[in-house]
Amino acid sequence: MPGYSRNVNVNVHHITRVEGHGNIVVDVENGELKKCELQIVETPRFFEAMLRGRPYQEASHITSRICGICAVGHATASLRATENALGVEPSEQTVLLRKLNFHGEILDSHILHVYMLVAPDFLNVGSVIPLAKDAPDVVLRALRMKKLSGDLCAVVCGRHTHPVAMEVGGFSHIPSEQDLLGLRERLVAVRADVVATVELFRSFEIPDFTRDTEYIALHKDDEYCFIDGQIHSSDGGSWPLDQYREVTNEYMVPHSTAKRTRNQRDAYMVGALARVNINYDQLHPKAKEAAEALGLKPKNTNPYMNSAAQVVEICHSIEDSIELIDALLERGLKWEEPVEPDRLSGEGVGACDVPRGTLFHNYIIEDGLITGANCIIPTGQNLGNIEADMRDLVPQILYKGQDGITHALEMLVRAYDPCISCSAHILDVKFV
Amino acid sequence: MSPRPKVAFFDFTSCEGCQLTVIDSLQTHPELLEVVEIVQFREAMSEKGQDYAIAFVEGSCTRPSDEERLFAIREQADLVVALGACAHLGGVNAIRNRQELSDVRTYVYQDKAEWYETYPARPISAVVDVDFAIPGCPIDRDEFIRVVRQLLQGRTPQLPEYPVCVECKLKENVCLFLRGKTCLGPITRAGCDAICPSYGSACEGCRGLIPQPNIPSLKEVLKEHGLSMEETKALMTLFLTYQMMDSEVVDDAGI
Repeated sequence: MPGYSRNVNVNVHHITRVEGHGNIVVDVENGELKKCELQIVETPRFFEAMLRGRPYQEASHITSRICGICAVGHATASLRATENALGVEPSEQTVLLRKLNFHGEILDSHILHVYMLVAPDFLNVGSVIPLAKDAPDVVLRALRMKKLSGDLCAVVCGRHTHPVAMEVGGFSHIPSEQDLLGLRERLVAVRADVVATVELFRSFEIPDFTRDTEYIALHKDDEYCFIDGQIHSSDGGSWPLDQYREVTNEYMVPHSTAKRTRNQRDAYMVGALARVNINYDQLHPKAKEAAEALGLKPKNTNPYMNSAAQVVEICHSIEDSIELIDALLERGLKWEEPVEPDRLSGEGVGACDVPRGTLFHNYIIEDGLITGANCIIPTGQNLGNIEADMRDLVPQILYKGQDGITHALEMLVRAYDPCISCSAHILDVKFV
Repeated sequence: MSPRPKVAFFDFTSCEGCQLTVIDSLQTHPELLEVVEIVQFREAMSEKGQDYAIAFVEGSCTRPSDEERLFAIREQADLVVALGACAHLGGVNAIRNRQELSDVRTYVYQDKAEWYETYPARPISAVVDVDFAIPGCPIDRDEFIRVVRQLLQGRTPQLPEYPVCVECKLKENVCLFLRGKTCLGPITRAGCDAICPSYGSACEGCRGLIPQPNIPSLKEVLKEHGLSMEETKALMTLFLTYQMMDSEVVDDAGI
């Protein structure tokens, strides 16, 4: 077979167009896969240690700094962990504003990923920059959509990276009705861009690779869940949030030394594809139309389709944001002091399905100070699954030769949208 | 410097939020791409050019191998610009500098702590000469564009030497101290348009101290507003741990 390689040695040092530092190492000898690793070489971050001794009010401000892309997600999970620990029940208005704010992050992150990090692979360029000349309409659309997402967060919480107005028990600032009306107008106008985004992704030839795995996501019966809910598995099973350790089961593997997670199989997947697979019924009807157009039906087992699932969620988040704004305007926005905790000690878990998957924060608070913290980040949960995909994929594509294999693996890792600076503080890394 | 200087972006220990802010600033200032050539920006592009004249560096130095990378960047670049609080001040990374290093390592990595190369977090200026620092967590988009413009014109950009309070007053915000809250605005360098107090949240000092901050006086004010010594310490060590530990204000402030 032309190009068929019996010996392949892939060594991608610092995968590009991902958040954080990771390497891919693959070694094939005489047609046999000897080594297949996604190495995380990000510096350790130590956030859990840094939280100890800090007042509970600071936790969300510190942990949003775990990640610039999912700053709102970390802040939200952090606030929910603190609120659960201290028995704080946020108001209905706060819940609605947090959901709206969260859509801003889903949109911002997904648009960045699908347009600026993933699309260049399908358009055969190294980055979005040359596209500015060759396909200016695509780039302008991406920038327009991304600006709207950032502005959405700015209206609700001051800015996306890093949120300002989010506090335990509520917000330190609320948007005006005019601000929300202005956003609503732009969200309605951007629907045309969403249609164009679906069309663009329909035109891409998604690599044909499937591998069935366990999918994990937060779930609620009455809404497409991003905040709170229960942990659901595509293999069956549902767990309350405070039992997250029973699902994540962190463990070590000798060949890579990275701390991984597994539930009912050797590895599981979290993120947009897992959410669409588990929560398809709760998607907005327009998002279901987008899913149909993109050929995405549950349960889809092609990890490259994670990017398509993100496009579906872009559609969902635009539509749900419009509905949330309508609900907020109908209720009428009013200033509320954040709800004060009625106790200053306790333990709590907060969970959100952030752009890359399920995120857990778990704090122990004593007399208002954090004494213990644990954060489990989506990318850490996906690492074992990415490697399992790589092990399955490499033997199928040996005919592509070294460069073709490297490209296919980089695209696979990128499809998972890994957020490596997030995950590094929980990963065990061996420097090679 | 050539008419269209080559620039590169690098990241060390950080959340990469400042580089995301750079990407966001292109939404409103796409013309930036016409006046510079970006030859390296791992988060956003696959190309890797090594012939850059300006290096923007995000993140703190937290391990010996970071120093080698920083030395190489310094040797290549005519201008090294620290991007954001982690590179400029050590940022939140330095919070752990106040704790016992071995304890920090074992708390997160238990018996595998030895696998991880790490030491106390430092701003990059502790390792190499830095020509300019763009402060903030994250950086301010408009300030980034202004600084880049001035650097390209061969000028030395100036940062405000007055505190956040000045900008807060200009925005006609009600002072947080009058709303029963506390704030580091009086000792923190302006330039952020007082975004946090404007959204009802305390300034946490992410842009660093103004020249000659009156820390003892602020401590008195914080005490009058009911902050305990522990709470004052916590507030002053969110972003300012490295600066506080590294300067004479430590004794003044008792921190």
